[in-house]
Formats: sequence, structure tokens, C-alpha cells
Amino acid sequence: MSRHVVARADEIAPGTHKVIEVKGREIGVFNLGGEYFALSNRCPHEAGPMCSGKVTGIVLSDGPGTYRIERLGEFVRCPWHGWEFDIRTGQSYCDPKSTKIRSFQVKLEPGEELVKGPYVAETFPVTIEEKYLVIEM
Amino acid sequence: MNVTVREARAAQKLSFIDGDIHPAFRQISDLYPFLPARWREHMQTYGEHIRQGLTGQLAYPRMMASGMRADAFPEQGPPGSDLELMRKQHLDANGVETGMLVALSKGGMEERNLDFAAALSRGVNDWQIEHWVEPEPRLRAGIVVPQEDAAFAASEIERRAPDRRFVQVIFSPRATDPIGHRRYWPIYEAAERNNLPIGLHSAGFSGGHPSTPSGWPTYYMQEHYSFFTAMQTVVTSLIFEGVFERFPKLKVVPIEGGFTWAPALGWRMDKHWERMRSEIPHVKRPPSEYLRENFWFTTQPIEEPAKPEHLAEIIGWLGWDRLIFSSDYPHWDFDHPRHAFKFHLTDEQKAAVFRGNAKAVYGL
Repeated sequence: MSRHVVARADEIAPGTHKVIEVKGREIGVFNLGGEYFALSNRCPHEAGPMCSGKVTGIVLSDGPGTYRIERLGEFVRCPWHGWEFDIRTGQSYCDPKSTKIRSFQVKLEPGEELVKGPYVAETFPVTIEEKYLVIEM
Repeated sequence: MNVTVREARAAQKLSFIDGDIHPAFRQISDLYPFLPARWREHMQTYGEHIRQGLTGQLAYPRMMASGMRADAFPEQGPPGSDLELMRKQHLDANGVETGMLVALSKGGMEERNLDFAAALSRGVNDWQIEHWVEPEPRLRAGIVVPQEDAAFAASEIERRAPDRRFVQVIFSPRATDPIGHRRYWPIYEAAERNNLPIGLHSAGFSGGHPSTPSGWPTYYMQEHYSFFTAMQTVVTSLIFEGVFERFPKLKVVPIEGGFTWAPALGWRMDKHWERMRSEIPHVKRPPSEYLRENFWFTTQPIEEPAKPEHLAEIIGWLGWDRLIFSSDYPHWDFDHPRHAFKFHLTDEQKAAVFRGNAKAVYGL
């Protein structure tokens, strides 16, 4: 397990996300109202680029004739087959028992504590005040 | 709506033959250069008159982006209309050695005006060559014919057959009558004579028929499943009308119509044939034998049972020599050649499903 700086926190505004590469793997980093979550960009179903799909909510029903949409903006739908994954947990909605995207822990840390990865070292200036997103994988 | 395109990576490559790729027009005027002036004028003035309501639109709204992979939209035109994107996203990225074009739109299959249908058929066949197969030799065309005019359809098959860039005959399996009917036989005669398989793509227009035997369904999910039940009625019609007694070398490839139902259908047909064969004395052999000898099935959309070995067992019943891998690119229920099968295939099984069976059927 190593820690990787992937982006400045303010690069990914609330309600948006970004696909970055860490150790040759594509990872989608999502900002849900100030909380950050990172998911592999490889759908566990047929390996589609799932983080580039539509971000949506989940439609639920208690029985025929009733329905509601909840948690808008907290699910991502793979652009290939439409599997929906909970951005917070990587849990798929369609078949929670068998398909789970690998999720990675994202921490918000002050700049000076960082182990500098290539992204930070080469692309962005580091300042103590800035906050950076770090992924552990 | 569009998303980032994932490009080819060497490690993802697996060379295979794809039994189902859908080309599309960027816009309808792409077809105009391939239509005589008389029919170009007709199209612009009257449009098409197809066998179902809602001209220019499917009977059921489709999942995702109008039934398309959400990442398959080129900058202009619909998915499947841009050869460069098709190369980048599918042919190159996934290692397609040879891909069968299945042109579902505007080929006259659904058109009621038979003279217009004939012009559309010729136009779409020329368009496939000029826009797709000529610039991209990995692709192969299908001779799209209007099945309701079987005499014209047979003549178009004869006209195209010497050009080996055409590898099959394509028409609507949801025709005016179940397609085993004798009025369609001139098509089978021409196809058999030229050793061209018939590719039957069940997903698409329903020909004006309810898509399920019990009527119009409520949801797209029901409609999607109905491709399977529709294909079963197509198979039984061809067998019981005696098509394979008259044309024993005819090859039929149901496309996107499933295959897991085929073994059970064979058992059931055989059982009833043993008891009721006097009704259909022209069907000389147990029906499952025609199913085993005259049909090949494309794989997509493949089942994903909780225990993947169950699917392997069904394929064992059907025969590993009967399956042709298909992706259905660029549609939303696309199958990926490396991930569609959720169980281990032996090298022999892989060689058959991803290449050998298609080579045998299409004469590649």
C-alpha cells in the first residue's frame, strides 16, 4: 500500500469528478458535497470505463405503483451496460451480492505531509496552504 | 451525450471474428448518392412507409442513450456512423480480425412500397461497400433484402453473390408472415445456391406485430427479452414449413436472438414431432436435427447466470460448434470479447467460438 497525490482538492468541485491514473490504473475521484471518493475506472462487469458514465441517483420502489428517486448525484452508471454503483462504497446497485467495484481510500491532507508522486512533483506547485488529494492503493 | 473514449492497449488484444456490428448513416442524405433520382425524390417527398406505426422511431424507448453505448457517440452523427471511432473503440481496441456488418436501417426490410424497398436495398448494399468495406477491409457486408418481395430479393442475392465482400443475406425475421412461409422460399433458394447464410437479427423493428405472443408489453425490459421468444417462433416456422427439407444446405444465423433456449426447444419439438408428425409428414427428421445442422447462433447478449458453469453446460447441449461470438457494437448491451464469458473456455472452445465457427459459416 502506498500513498499517491492525485489532484488538488479544489480541482474537483463538489458534484464533479475526474479520472486520473495511479500506478497505471485509471481511478475516478468524486467530490460529493466536500467528501471525496475514488473508484476504479474499470467496471467489474465487462471492464467498461465506468467512471466516465452518467452520475445519477437511484430509483427505488416499495411496490408496484410507488417509486421515488433518491441520493441524486451519488451513483455512477457505467456507459456500456448501465450498471449503477454507489460512489460512496463502490457497491453496485443491480447485483449487490456479486459485483463490487474496488474502492480506494481518499484522504484530505495538508500539503506538507505528502509523499510526492509524479503528478504533484511535476505538474503543480506545492504550498503549505494548499490541500491535496491523496489516494492509498 | 458522450464520454471519454478508451483507446487500444496492446494487452487488451485478442484477435476474433465479430458476428454483429451495426453501421449507421451520419445523416439520411448519406444514402442519397446510392438511390436513383426517382427514389431520392420519393424519399424526400414522402419518406418511408414501414410496417409499424411511429415511422422513424422504435416502438419502445431504449435503455441508455437510445439503445447505444454512451461512449460511442462520434462528434457528428449517431453511434456506428464514424469509421474512425469504430476502429479506435472497437476494431483496433478489441482486436477484431473480421466483422460482420448488420445494417438494420433503411434497407427496405420494413418498407411497404416494394419498388421503393428494392431501391433502398440496392442503395444500402452499395453504401456498405463504399462507406465501410472498401475503406476497412476487416469489415464484411450483408446483402440486405426486402423479404416481402422475394423475387427481387433473390435477384439482388444473385447480383451481389459473386462479390465475396458480401458474406450473408440479411432480412427481417419479423416479416409479414412467419418466415418459413413458402412466399419467402425464393430467398432461401438463392442463398443456398450461392452458399450464403441467412442472418436474422431479431432486435429492431417488430414488423407491426406485438413483440410478445401475448401482446404489446409495458416495459422495454419485456421488449428486450422478446427478441428471444420471437426467434423461437422464427426457428419453428423454418423447420416445420419444411424449409430444410427443400434446402438442406441452407445456413441460418439468428443474431441477437439468444441461444440458451435452443436445446430445450429441440427437446420439446422432438417430443411433439414423435406424436404429431402425421400433420407435417414433410418434416422427415426429428426437428432438433435441423436445429443442430442448419443453425448457428451469435452469442450477444450472453446470459450471466449466478453459476457460470450452468451456461457452459447449456452450450455443451447445444454444441460448441454452433456459436459465433458477437459484440453488437455500438449498442448498449455490447458484449466484450474478453469479459463476456464468465467461465473458463478451453483453447479449443475459444478457437471455435471466436473464429473457427464463423470461418466455416461465412466461408472466410
